[in-house]
Amino acid sequence: MSTTTPPITPPSSPHSPSSSGGGGGEVNYINATKGIKSWMFTVDHKRIGLMYMVGVMSAYGLGGLFAILLRSELWNPEPSFIGGAEAGTTEAMNNAWDFYNQAFTLHGAVMVFLFIIPAIPAILGNMVLPIMLGAKDVAFPRLNLLSFYFWVLGGLFFVWVLSKGIINSFYPGMIEIWGPGGLETGWTFYTPYSTTTQNSAVVAATFGAFILGFSSILTGLNFIATVHMLRPKGMGWFQLPLFLWALYATAIIQILATPVLAITLLLLIAEKTLGVGIFNPALGGDAVLYQHFFWFYSHPAVYIMILPALGIISEVVSVHSRKSIFGYKFIAISSLAIAFLGFLVWGHHMFTSGQSALTNAVFSLITFFVAVPSAIKTFNWIATMYKGDIRITTPFIYILFTIGLFTIGGLTGLFLGCLSTDIHFHDTYFVVAHFHYVMMGSTLFAFLAGVYHWFPKMFGKMYNVFWSNLGGIIAFIGFQLAFFIQFIAGSQGMPRRYASYPEHFEFYHQVSTVGAYTMGAGMIIVLLTWIVALRTGKKAPANPWGGNTLEWHTTSPPPTANFHAEPTAEEPYDYSGWKYVSPEEGWVQRTPEEREAARQQLGTGH
Amino acid sequence: MSHTTTPDATDNHNGHKDHEDHDSHHGPHVVPFSMLFTIFAILIVLTFATVGATYVQLGDFNLALALAIAVVKAALVCLYFMHLRWDSPFNGLVLVASFAFVALFIGFALMDSKAYTPEVDAAAVEMIQSDAEAAGQ
Amino acid sequence: MTQVTDSHTDDHTGHAGHDDHEHHGPPHLAHHFETPEQQLSSAKLGMWVFLATEILMFGGLFCAYSVWRGNHPEVFAYAHTALNKDFGFINTIFLITSSFTMAWAVRTAQLGRTKATFILMGLTLLGGCGFLVVKTFEYKAKWDHHLFVGDLNEHHPDYVAPAEAAHGEADGDHGAVDEHATIEQTAADHGAADHGTSDASVEVAGETTGETAGEIVGGAERTSIALAPDGPAGVVADWMVAPVIAGETADAGHADDHAADGTDEHGAHGEAAADAGHADAHGGGHGDGHSVSKEIVPLKDRQKIHQFFQIYFLMTGLHTFHVLVGMGVIAWLMFCKVPKGIFGPGYYTPIDLVGLYWHLVDLIWIFLFPLLYLIH
Ligand SMILES: [Cu+2]
Repeated sequence: MSTTTPPITPPSSPHSPSSSGGGGGEVNYINATKGIKSWMFTVDHKRIGLMYMVGVMSAYGLGGLFAILLRSELWNPEPSFIGGAEAGTTEAMNNAWDFYNQAFTLHGAVMVFLFIIPAIPAILGNMVLPIMLGAKDVAFPRLNLLSFYFWVLGGLFFVWVLSKGIINSFYPGMIEIWGPGGLETGWTFYTPYSTTTQNSAVVAATFGAFILGFSSILTGLNFIATVHMLRPKGMGWFQLPLFLWALYATAIIQILATPVLAITLLLLIAEKTLGVGIFNPALGGDAVLYQHFFWFYSHPAVYIMILPALGIISEVVSVHSRKSIFGYKFIAISSLAIAFLGFLVWGHHMFTSGQSALTNAVFSLITFFVAVPSAIKTFNWIATMYKGDIRITTPFIYILFTIGLFTIGGLTGLFLGCLSTDIHFHDTYFVVAHFHYVMMGSTLFAFLAGVYHWFPKMFGKMYNVFWSNLGGIIAFIGFQLAFFIQFIAGSQGMPRRYASYPEHFEFYHQVSTVGAYTMGAGMIIVLLTWIVALRTGKKAPANPWGGNTLEWHTTSPPPTANFHAEPTAEEPYDYSGWKYVSPEEGWVQRTPEEREAARQQLGTGH
Repeated sequence: MSHTTTPDATDNHNGHKDHEDHDSHHGPHVVPFSMLFTIFAILIVLTFATVGATYVQLGDFNLALALAIAVVKAALVCLYFMHLRWDSPFNGLVLVASFAFVALFIGFALMDSKAYTPEVDAAAVEMIQSDAEAAGQ
Repeated sequence: MTQVTDSHTDDHTGHAGHDDHEHHGPPHLAHHFETPEQQLSSAKLGMWVFLATEILMFGGLFCAYSVWRGNHPEVFAYAHTALNKDFGFINTIFLITSSFTMAWAVRTAQLGRTKATFILMGLTLLGGCGFLVVKTFEYKAKWDHHLFVGDLNEHHPDYVAPAEAAHGEADGDHGAVDEHATIEQTAADHGAADHGTSDASVEVAGETTGETAGEIVGGAERTSIALAPDGPAGVVADWMVAPVIAGETADAGHADDHAADGTDEHGAHGEAAADAGHADAHGGGHGDGHSVSKEIVPLKDRQKIHQFFQIYFLMTGLHTFHVLVGMGVIAWLMFCKVPKGIFGPGYYTPIDLVGLYWHLVDLIWIFLFPLLYLIH
């Protein structure tokens, strides 16, 4: 039990959920002002979050479309998408390879730069970070808007690259006019291929990624300043909700790693346009150095992708288990530890690229250390659920999926971090499966869990639980079908990035393709539940889950200034102050006497 | 979990509690002109020193000396021109951390490239020699 | 408050229009901050975090620099002689001085002395202008001597000499074996450096045209590469051809001995070639009179000489871009904001922030100067 009693907001205060639950006819951030300009020039973090949501989900749709195309190509061992060529000819092969290279590159680049990296911080982080702090906005609201427009601009570069590629394939004469389109370097832009290839719009794509980097940096900068400067009175670092710890650790990575990506891409553009040759062996350059540059950003970047997801897990697990998070400090510090260790392991992407033996060994060793903070988190989540009053809600189901996928992804990472086994597994489907489990499976499902967790807060509407759960279950089954079997295919030697393959891999690929389609169907259901809920969803109560972080202390959706009265910081995972009333009213605050009684009943609390 | 707020010098937002000792945030910290000018003079002197040092043959130590002078100059700029001496310690931490991560990046990349470059060079020389032999025949 | 009072006492130039404690009616306070102090601290933290990203971004270039210099020290020792040390020195002084005036401008802004702030920011701008002018001369000289970025650098394998480089015709006979020509030429330079240019003086180097032995060596090589067959398989052949290999690669590691040998072997031949070349203009770049010959670069690394110039242009180019941005912001504040008299003890955030930015630009140059211009 706590040694000091956290300040309790009196139930009769103006922002009490019971007096303003539902928020129907009230003024909130969505209906406060009207017209397209009120959105385009808004500096309200919540509106910016919503605009990000529209953009990022569109990018996800685009990346998903490429994924479906890839898996369709791989249904048969022979190349399928061969354009107008006759099957079996060299031309058919070339067409299929060109198409496949373009498709997997754009799938990777769009998913990484436009979807996974901004998904949780830019959408959910923007939405709830200031509210969790009881603040009116992020520290630099205009920078926040600028970061959104950087994202749009960077995204437009990718759309430009893509459209050029498509148009060129129909009208080859256009290449003379505006140069090559599309991108087939892989999302990593490895030199010397990216500097010598003639049929990719490398400069446009890298410049797009460069701009997206600025978007990411500005978001991170904003979050760091906000967490430092705008915490309410009484909220020390260890009363910070764990989602914010995760976002804070993420922001540190964004600040320290993304600029290196920026300079890497600038150097690449200089190589391509000026012939600088620092990375190009034909000009006396060093191609391995490029990989050092690239992975100094891109390994920490995978923690930009996964850390916010881990933060969401911590929130959802605790709230929906009605139990204070187990090992708060360990989870908080392990976020920082992961962020720090993330900078010391980039060489594990280069074990077979000519990196020296000593460096290989050092990076391999440090890679294993990452398992420690990751496992600390996982064990603490499970300990939080243990003997908790678990509610099988939609967010909770998605979080269970996330933990499962993260565990599988993390454990298979050990095989790849180990030098000897990595020699066998590198560049096979084992790697593909591993990073899809970690980056895509965990992050995507945690993101969806977060959306379902905060959906009532964001829109003031409830969604259909049955269909939402069904969509998630279908997507989860599809995911497992699509990717688990790739571990086996990879361990048997199926290399990645090939449009055709030997026949004995056909079964694996077909199962995987069926899984991809299944997952696509699940995702469509999920999206539909959102749209239906927005149109016809029931009014959401201010606090549908009984959470105690500050966003649950205001109305759903919140007003533009987030709170009707200045909130007081509370212990974020102490649920004794709330009691459940009804689906319409959700959870309302107890009086101090009721609360004391509840605490007695709970016994040791946490 | 604990309710104790950790002593946290990085926060100067709510209240002036953390900074009573040396910098009450009641007004701006204005650096005296004499101090600015002294720093300026030292920087100029060090610039001459760094050029002068190149006339002394110290082998590898020349680089170390040049870098040491540069670090001193940079530290003076940060501490006085950029007010870091009177600023929130966290800002200093940000600066030091960024340098530390640059050092980390350079350290690993250098360690690795030092190890593989001789191999690459040897292979290149071999290639050249075989080309030369082929040309000679 | 004590600091403000203190500073008044040693305030030499007097002050005008400074009213105390204006920050309690805060016109510049955004709605989501509670106090101006909180807002200023946030802005400063944001700026420092931004500066961290700048440091990391330059850090990439410093990493490239370290890896190249660490593995090919002779390339850097040789190629850096093409840079004009005096220009680098003058620019260092420009930036440090402008940094000083900027720090001073922050001080006057804090004291609400609008006119002094205006003048000091103007001086800062002037410092930036001086830096840019010198940089323009430097870049112009590199351009003139075909030592520019990318394949406009004559050490670059894909370099194509401009048509007017006709003075190489005399070498046309052995153009096909271009490296042979280069080696002769290099030996010539070496000889010239030993015999003819001990009087090369700092004054020469200080002139805008005062270029170095390195460039002249390059100039000789340029003509030979221009005559080389420009075929797709020429990547290796361009920089290293049969006659050179047998004798040279073995002692590539001993640059000094090697250089001495080269002089002995090719001495006579070298002096003859030196006449054809620009022997009279040799040396001087390295103000102390010792000229660096291309011979110190092991043969295996000679195709990498252009890398120094690539790194030089990328680093100074990115830095110059930052100078331009900083000057733009300073000019905007100086002409659009400062005259309004809005800055004083209660509100000086923009001046403070642009000052931080400007000091960082200075700080990066403090490292660039010795690393690029003063290599030993
Ligand atoms: Cu990694």
